[in-house]
Amino acid sequence: MAQETWDKIRSNPKFQAFVQKRNNYSIIMTVLGAIAYYGFILLVAYDKEFLATKIGTGVTTIGIPIGVGVIVFTIILTWIYVSRANTEFDTESEAIVREATK
Amino acid sequence: MNRALKHILGGLTLAALAGVALAAGADLGTTQKQATNWTAITMFAVFVLFTLWITKWAAARTKTAADFYTAGGGITGFQNGLAIAGDYMSAASFLGISGLVFANGFDGLIFSIGWLVGWPIITFLMAERLRNLGKFTFADVASYRFAQTPVRTFAAISTLIVVAFYMIAQMVGAGQLIKILFGLEYIYAEVLVGVIMLMYVLFGGMTATTWVQIIKACMLLAGATFMAGAVLFQFGFSPEALFAKATEVHAKKDAIMGPGALIKDPISAISVGMALMFGTAGLPHILMRFFTVPNAKEARKSVAWATTWIGYFYILTFIIGFGAIVNLIADPVTFYVDGDIAKGLKGGGNMAAVHLANAVGGNLFLGFISAVAFATILAVVAGLTLSGASAVSHDLYASVWRHGNVDSATELRWSKGATMVLGVVAVGLGIAFEKENVAYMVMLAFTIDCSGNFPELFLSVLWKGCTTRGGVVGGSVGLILATVLTIGSASVWEAVLKYPKGSAWFPYNSAALFSMMAAFFTIWLVSKLDNSAQAQKERALYPDQQTRSETGVGAAAASAH
Repeated sequence: MAQETWDKIRSNPKFQAFVQKRNNYSIIMTVLGAIAYYGFILLVAYDKEFLATKIGTGVTTIGIPIGVGVIVFTIILTWIYVSRANTEFDTESEAIVREATK
Repeated sequence: MNRALKHILGGLTLAALAGVALAAGADLGTTQKQATNWTAITMFAVFVLFTLWITKWAAARTKTAADFYTAGGGITGFQNGLAIAGDYMSAASFLGISGLVFANGFDGLIFSIGWLVGWPIITFLMAERLRNLGKFTFADVASYRFAQTPVRTFAAISTLIVVAFYMIAQMVGAGQLIKILFGLEYIYAEVLVGVIMLMYVLFGGMTATTWVQIIKACMLLAGATFMAGAVLFQFGFSPEALFAKATEVHAKKDAIMGPGALIKDPISAISVGMALMFGTAGLPHILMRFFTVPNAKEARKSVAWATTWIGYFYILTFIIGFGAIVNLIADPVTFYVDGDIAKGLKGGGNMAAVHLANAVGGNLFLGFISAVAFATILAVVAGLTLSGASAVSHDLYASVWRHGNVDSATELRWSKGATMVLGVVAVGLGIAFEKENVAYMVMLAFTIDCSGNFPELFLSVLWKGCTTRGGVVGGSVGLILATVLTIGSASVWEAVLKYPKGSAWFPYNSAALFSMMAAFFTIWLVSKLDNSAQAQKERALYPDQQTRSETGVGAAAASAH
């Protein structure tokens, strides 16, 4: 039954270390995502001139690559997390579950 | 100038000024009925026939309550990612954001970024835990170790409130859009949306709803890619050349390349950002999609794909908005009222993308984009109805009223009954709100979400100390505060309730910052003070819940097909 497995999993010190590690990683990624977004928003609120600065001699402003950059960064951040969670973390988690069920 | 047009222009100016919160809605303004567009109608008819054929196929596979709510858990991560993106890329975001770019340039980009940033939060903190703890609705997760009756009742009520506001915005948007794109009467448009949507949900359940959403997402992405590609092609794939031409012809000149009036004060900006960021993580029709995949791995993949498609789509809408500036201003006779740029676009500012479709792809492509826009509303309404119906049948009926002692067939009957009722209510609300200003409703739905559903869900999963009493009291405080403060803000107090300008007593664009913090604080405080036997039992259950949420041991499995 699940209850017995849960008890065994919890008594495994590897489980606590694993949860700690993955949660720290989630929090770091969340903070990075939040910094990118709120950084951009605060830039818009406090330094509109900077974002409206033209790049070189063209009409394209610094704001365009920064704005598109926030979108691309968000997507990349998500994929980095998912690829690590789906390989490294899942392998560890499955190993812990296997130890508890054998 | 006739009154309808004044209304459109008035609405546009308002949206441009107070942009952040207002343009969020599916507010297409009051539109004028256009000549019947047979190309668009034919394309739409083909879409409907094809999706109904899929519904027939799905119906044969929808036998149990699990099939109805979650397609039996048999959707892959990639498919689910497209479906989630489909739920999120509503007609409002397609037409509204490209319209905002068309009017203000860079501000449209700032706005669209806000809609994307909630997704990483869901990925990093929620997706896997939702999948591991839940079965059919997010209330399964929120009430996992708590007293079922109060938590589920709260979750169901807040789900229905969110669904109602979101639905009204979609239904009114649908009516206005169809009036202008297809030349159909408003009331026929409402009934048509209601009837087709009911067929998807009633017969095909989550399987049909998901596939309709996937097909529509592909059509929307393909159409938008074609349009953005055609625009860039005109300029030899040089964005700089596109921007140069746009600043030359646009009335605001170089100002469209930098931030404008969208963000007035930092508090409003952060508050709106929080509503979008955390509101996304509490939307019932999005959360329910995490139960349609077989395991946590696929749940994570779904959000990564959804984030990718949504981000890509927003980059496209930015290009489309600029393409509209260049193409539409060049031909005022075709696209502007009386051929006069000062009088605005035919059909209002949100029609920029639709007119651009005509400019770059002719009548056939215009028909395609119109059909896609209608299909979009249809699919989003179907998803909303299904999540509302699940809250009624699974949370209120099966769990609260019958304490879980109900067989799958009876629960399925209740789901279908609830779907019928919600369908009729949706059409009724759509008709009742035809002439109303519904721009604030999507934002209100997000604010209620991030202040009610999200804090309760988040703390119940991640904080051991959370108790039933804390969750329900705190969630209710957030929900009520979000509603009251939104009513007091300019977008409702002045624009809807017609109190004089400057009399709004809540000074910011969004209540989220305050209502969400109040909800978190109240949940924390009430839980801390709660030393009842029930609270102690709930805290003792946390380690088991945590073990399941972190490893997936004991999680609901996909049903075999």
